[in-house]
Amino acid sequence: MTTAPIVEMRGVSITFPGVKALDEVDFRLLPGEVHALMGENGAGKSTLIKALTGVYAVDAGEILIDGEQRGLHGTADAQTAGISVVYQEVNLCPNLTIGENVMLGHEVRGPFGIRWKATHRRAEQALARLGLHDLDTRVPLASLSLAVQQLVAISRAMITDSTVLILDEPTSSLDATEVEQLFGVIRQLRDRGVAILFVSHFLDQVYEISERITVLRNGRFVGEFLTAELDRTDLIANMIGKELSVLRSIDAVRHQRRADRTDAPVLAASALGRKGAIAPTDFEIHTGEVIGFAGLLGSGRTELARLLCGADKADSGTVVFQGRKAVLNSPAAGLAHRIAYSSENRRDEGVVADLTVRENLVLAVQARRGWMRRLSRREENEIVDTYVTGLGIRPADPEVRVRNLSGGNQQKVLLGRWLATRPDMLILDEPTRGIDVGAKAEIQAAVVALSDGGVAVVYISSEIDEVVRLSDRIVILKDRRKVDEIDVGPDTTTATIVDIIAGAGAA
Amino acid sequence: MTTDETTDDIVEVPPVREARSTTGGARAVPSRLLRSQHIWAVAAIVGLLCINVVKDPGYLSITYSSNTGAFVGNLVDIARAAAPLIMIATGMCLVIATGGIDLSVGSMMAVAGAVAMEYLSSANAPSSIGAAAAAIGLAVGLCAVLGAVNGILISVVGLQPFITTLVMMLAGRGLAKVITGGQNTTAVNERYRWIANGYVLGLPVVFLASAAIAVAVAFVIRRSALGMMIESIGINAEASRLAGLNRRALLITVYVVSAFLAGIAGIFSTGTVMTVDVSQTGYQFELDAILAVVIGGTSLAGGRFSLAGAAIGALLIATLDKTVVFLGVPASATPAFKAAVIIVLYVAQSRRVRGWAAGLRRSRRKSVRQVVAT
Repeated sequence: MTTAPIVEMRGVSITFPGVKALDEVDFRLLPGEVHALMGENGAGKSTLIKALTGVYAVDAGEILIDGEQRGLHGTADAQTAGISVVYQEVNLCPNLTIGENVMLGHEVRGPFGIRWKATHRRAEQALARLGLHDLDTRVPLASLSLAVQQLVAISRAMITDSTVLILDEPTSSLDATEVEQLFGVIRQLRDRGVAILFVSHFLDQVYEISERITVLRNGRFVGEFLTAELDRTDLIANMIGKELSVLRSIDAVRHQRRADRTDAPVLAASALGRKGAIAPTDFEIHTGEVIGFAGLLGSGRTELARLLCGADKADSGTVVFQGRKAVLNSPAAGLAHRIAYSSENRRDEGVVADLTVRENLVLAVQARRGWMRRLSRREENEIVDTYVTGLGIRPADPEVRVRNLSGGNQQKVLLGRWLATRPDMLILDEPTRGIDVGAKAEIQAAVVALSDGGVAVVYISSEIDEVVRLSDRIVILKDRRKVDEIDVGPDTTTATIVDIIAGAGAA
Repeated sequence: MTTDETTDDIVEVPPVREARSTTGGARAVPSRLLRSQHIWAVAAIVGLLCINVVKDPGYLSITYSSNTGAFVGNLVDIARAAAPLIMIATGMCLVIATGGIDLSVGSMMAVAGAVAMEYLSSANAPSSIGAAAAAIGLAVGLCAVLGAVNGILISVVGLQPFITTLVMMLAGRGLAKVITGGQNTTAVNERYRWIANGYVLGLPVVFLASAAIAVAVAFVIRRSALGMMIESIGINAEASRLAGLNRRALLITVYVVSAFLAGIAGIFSTGTVMTVDVSQTGYQFELDAILAVVIGGTSLAGGRFSLAGAAIGALLIATLDKTVVFLGVPASATPAFKAAVIIVLYVAQSRRVRGWAAGLRRSRRKSVRQVVAT
């Protein structure tokens, strides 16, 4: 391609207190292309988008738009420069009409204020250009499906005749036909010369729609590739940051203990599923077994875990727990069966930030005992001592509020809370995300100790090597369904899993 | 002050500053923070009393009247006036701790009064102790049922607390009017009246009763796990659900308790005159109760709460009401005067002003240190 880039970032750095969110990142976007931005969580994708849209100021480096250096101060600047963005969650007003949403801030004005008729006509034209011909622009947006809302959001973004359109996870809540409709619109815009930056966790979609891929990792630029020349395995290796050779040799150290699987399973689920979250799935776990869930974000790994513990209600399938049929319709029901679930979202679904370490540790045990029978001070101290020292929680002061602890220590408090319930089955969703190496090792050591003690553990992590190292078996998920299940043997490596993820359904 | 200084010393290391700004210091924050907030409310009460003393040096004097067997004085009057407010502030505090609000408590007072007065005025033996007990039981029971309706609409149906209890506020007053047929019903029952006007050990029964009930509620809440559970769902509802807490049951409980206590407040305030004024009994008490809770250091965002703070806030508002009357502030200017005092107090204890004051102290100390160093 000889076209000059419409957007070019050179050596862009953005620093937050204590974190380098972007570290000398180079990036270019050509007119009339669909460019995918890839990376795991925390790689710097959102930061890059926010730098482009003027939300974050750039600390170092420069951003060139159409070859000219531009300081983007605020979103208005970015819009003037022709950059529009459509975020993952539709950022529209559901109770306004479609027309109002499309035209908000760009209403057609006359001498007597807004000319609504003309405004709606403009909205209709804008929608028609994206193939939405027969929408009544006067009905509330909320009456549309999410997919159509997404398209309306794109119409809105294009109302300013943007030359650059950023789509941040646009497909995460769409089904296959809706994705096709969206892609139709994307191709149409691309053919009109619009540069499109496409961010998604769905590999298949990236390969279907994009021409080039830029990979970020830990805030750094890894490389820019032509999609046609980069195979999926290499892409994943680039994203998670390990050369394939390294991936294949890393698991020299793995705990070799095999669970004996002739006994009855602790938990057996058949055709367990929930519409829009995870397709009906069979699953079995035995005493002392560690099962890893591997798959990219949005693959359904968290959704399946939430069904197994009662955090979400399944709408199909049955669960048999310790030989008896179990109705897991609430987390309390799960905990009553001694199934504990540690959410991937530590801040919103994990710790109760303004309670103390002590209160957070005893919360689940107390909840199961009910409010009347409060744990005695002695019982509380027993739990607190066991887990503050056992897990090495710092500071070792149970009266500190949890919000003042580091991420790793918050995670240990959570782990302690679930362990205190003496679970027979423990589900850990991303227990090592965003915490330092030392804490990671301690948490993984705790998992091994638990399974030696007979607890069935489900271990979910984006770090596939972690999953491989800890698990006896791995369930592989992709696009909200279970695609494979493998026994971890001596020759199982991260690459094995990556190959399955990349290969499954890729035909 | 001394505790403040020790935390300031820790804070000299820059990276810790952020943690401090969110919570005001790393260790043992709650008691210290709440205590310092109570100090403002207590100071405001003392300040108001001082103003009254300036106007009349004998304001604080309490005399013992041997023919009624009771203490007499302005402080006793304040205590009596605070009684209903302490009741509803206690309930309101629990509701607010869950992140909700209960606007219906004033109307609940009217409902309780209406039920009690109607029952007594048509009972067979209206002056018996049994009739008084039945009237109170019916009144408080109906309030608890209405509170359960609030709780179910909020927790099961998922309506917003503000709207739900706003509707109940309108419905409650309407219900009170229906019960009395729109009349301000009057009844005679010495037992019932004794609750509001009687004395035990020379102190008003109504104050002793409200103090006892408030202490009992606080005891149950803090000695059982309820307090922690209420705070937990108020801070992070989803994390609490995943920890196995029953949010629905807890929400229904706090709204029932709030309505129940409002019913008792209604008994207290109708007992004084043995009349229910269906449009004035409990009128705007919900606002006073919310103010009392907030002055007492409980955030409207929910979470950590202080029942003692709410009771002190209720005493402050009762003191303020009495002061306004005592100073002879014209009736038309009363609400503005009251509002001014409350906003000054609330601004003084706001995080920003306190942070600003702490900053002043710190910079002063730092400059002193620099002088010493050079």
